[in-house]
Amino acid sequence: MAAKAYIVGAYEHPTRKADDKSLAQLHAEVARGALADAGLTKNDIDGYYCAGDVAGWEMPGSGPFSIIDYMGLNLRWLDTTETWGSSYMHHVWHAADAIAAGRCSVCLVTLAGRPRAQGSATGTTVHPQGTAPEAPFEAPFGPTVTNMYGMVAARHMYEFGTTSEQLAWIKVAASHHAQYNPHALLKDVVTVEDVVNSPMISDPLHRLDCCVITDGGGAIVVVAPEIMATLKRPKIKLLGASEFVKTQMGGKVDLTYSGARFTGPAAFAEAGVTPADIKYASIYDSFTITVLMQLEDLGFCEKGKGGAFVADGNLISGVGKLPFNTDGGGLCSNHPANRGGLTKVLEAVRQLRGEAHPKVQVKNCDLALAHGTGGSLGLRHGSATVILERE
Amino acid sequence: MAETKERKLPAPAISPETQAYWDAAAQGKLLVRKCTSCGEAHHYPRTICPFCFSDKTEWIEASGEGKIYSYSVMRRALEPYAIAYVTLAEGPKMVTNIVDCDFDKLACEQSVTLVFKPTDGGPPLPMFTPV
Repeated sequence: MAAKAYIVGAYEHPTRKADDKSLAQLHAEVARGALADAGLTKNDIDGYYCAGDVAGWEMPGSGPFSIIDYMGLNLRWLDTTETWGSSYMHHVWHAADAIAAGRCSVCLVTLAGRPRAQGSATGTTVHPQGTAPEAPFEAPFGPTVTNMYGMVAARHMYEFGTTSEQLAWIKVAASHHAQYNPHALLKDVVTVEDVVNSPMISDPLHRLDCCVITDGGGAIVVVAPEIMATLKRPKIKLLGASEFVKTQMGGKVDLTYSGARFTGPAAFAEAGVTPADIKYASIYDSFTITVLMQLEDLGFCEKGKGGAFVADGNLISGVGKLPFNTDGGGLCSNHPANRGGLTKVLEAVRQLRGEAHPKVQVKNCDLALAHGTGGSLGLRHGSATVILERE
Repeated sequence: MAETKERKLPAPAISPETQAYWDAAAQGKLLVRKCTSCGEAHHYPRTICPFCFSDKTEWIEASGEGKIYSYSVMRRALEPYAIAYVTLAEGPKMVTNIVDCDFDKLACEQSVTLVFKPTDGGPPLPMFTPV
């Protein structure tokens, strides 16, 4: 299949706490990094992808305007699709579609944020009610990120007998990878006992079931095949993708699956591959339960069998069958802007280029998947899958 | 034993579309919106049915009986509290709190019954307590 587009630039900001930087500056720094990685310049960019979380001018969601102005971009294509942490999987594929349609030829995707510098208690804060139609029926009861994901874990345990020890293996695997990442916030290898003995945040999720809160960001450059042909970087082809928004279905709430149940099969079908073909997987890891749900829904194991699948190091590179999040992921390395989608794509690109740390590099890694879950798995969320191939 | 202590509850924001729901709450009644075209009840309440998109929806009074679908006890709060999805006898699941109980004895599919708890300057909130 002829490529619609290629990822050629990839850059992750090394900072985990950016007290000395502005948000716009972080966006521009990661953009410079990705352009340098690609061998392109700012004037080559004609398409830009930026989610609506950036604080903007007067109107919510208008932040991308301000970032475009800060960076001095000249655009003929703009997309501000917003699904929280999974926005960036949507962006990469929307960029490929726009390029294939001839709307633009060099697309920049950026993410940046400073929640750690701002002292955010990301997982335990009850946000103000706001004006969303569902808000009066949810916000007064105290939903937070952690207790809503906690309800997903509690139901999974009830239905399938999943245990805290099984969930803990996901953090253990991430920590094994993070020890080799000099930029990771948490570099210490942890054990199952460490995870289940860490303080309970919201049952049944412990402190070490949660991702980190960090500053930073990242950027990706997606280009048309004719631009790729002029560049010297490895060719990372966008092979297949799918997206879905899972709602509360008017009260027919079912916490036993995520939107990946739909995006996985669709993305695999478009790519013409199966879960068994995937050499490396970047799986959104806001919490250990997030990973477990997505692995099942994407088809890496049977529904309800995720606990057994992740146990005993099966996600550790060089040890298990499915190496995941070899940079340490959100659970150990970073979760810039409380959004892990972009960094998931970055580690998949590193693996496909052979540029991951030698201790975690997957041999002959020519096919990778990156999946994002954005918003709240327990309320409503965006799901997006991208499948990438080294050509 | 982790007991529910009274925590300050924010008042829900009331829109013209949901005024009747909150007026009923003030009378100690829980309403559910039901579609007369497809026969399905839904939550949160909308004028337009989220299943068949008909505008023929009406209020029905819930029995107040339900079961815990899932729950999570937030320990990192000034007063720990239990958030839950409760499956109403009428069908829909709703976000709520489980109150006046030992949080360590909660379980999925446990039977619960409706109670209202006062808010800070607004109508009371529908919550549930184990039967």
